[in-house]
Amino acid sequence: MTTKAVLPNQSRNKNLPIVVLIAGWVVPGLGHLLLRKYIRAGLLFVSIVTLFAAGLAMGGKLYATGTGDMLDLLGVVADAGNPLLYLLGRMLDWGNAPVLLAVAEYGTKFVAVAGLLNVIAAVDAHSLANGRKVGL
Amino acid sequence: MSHFSAVLIFAACASVVFGITQRAEPRMMIRFGLFCFGLFIFGTMAASWLMFLIKH
Repeated sequence: MTTKAVLPNQSRNKNLPIVVLIAGWVVPGLGHLLLRKYIRAGLLFVSIVTLFAAGLAMGGKLYATGTGDMLDLLGVVADAGNPLLYLLGRMLDWGNAPVLLAVAEYGTKFVAVAGLLNVIAAVDAHSLANGRKVGL
Repeated sequence: MSHFSAVLIFAACASVVFGITQRAEPRMMIRFGLFCFGLFIFGTMAASWLMFLIKH
């Protein structure tokens, strides 16, 4: 005989994990904020936005599609881990300056890693919402 | 910005995210975050010295 585990969060709102996942992906830390993990949400937001902003301040670039370089697509995927910041940056033409600083290449990696870390944070919020991860 | 300050910023930000996402208990989050931070700094310095020694 098998028993079906009932997770506490599932009974509250079936759509909550998906909502939290998308919210956390669009705005860093918003997923945790919706789950009332205020300190974690703040720390995630500050860390990810700081990494993104520092990357651009160091002269890092935002990857774009249509450059003819297939490897740039991987950069776009990483950058798009922060969709709101990425679109904002593309609209305001951030990360498009010629490379003048020695740390500019690091800046490009900072922006990409900020996107990847945001995906990890959004998945963590999803795991908390569906009960896979026990949140204290 | 120097290379080392760039390493410090990267290590601090990445460690916070790793600590929060990879552990469930707040105390363990802090411990794991500090562990990651130390590992980032130590790893970078070790790799830097290794490259220096290879070149010289």
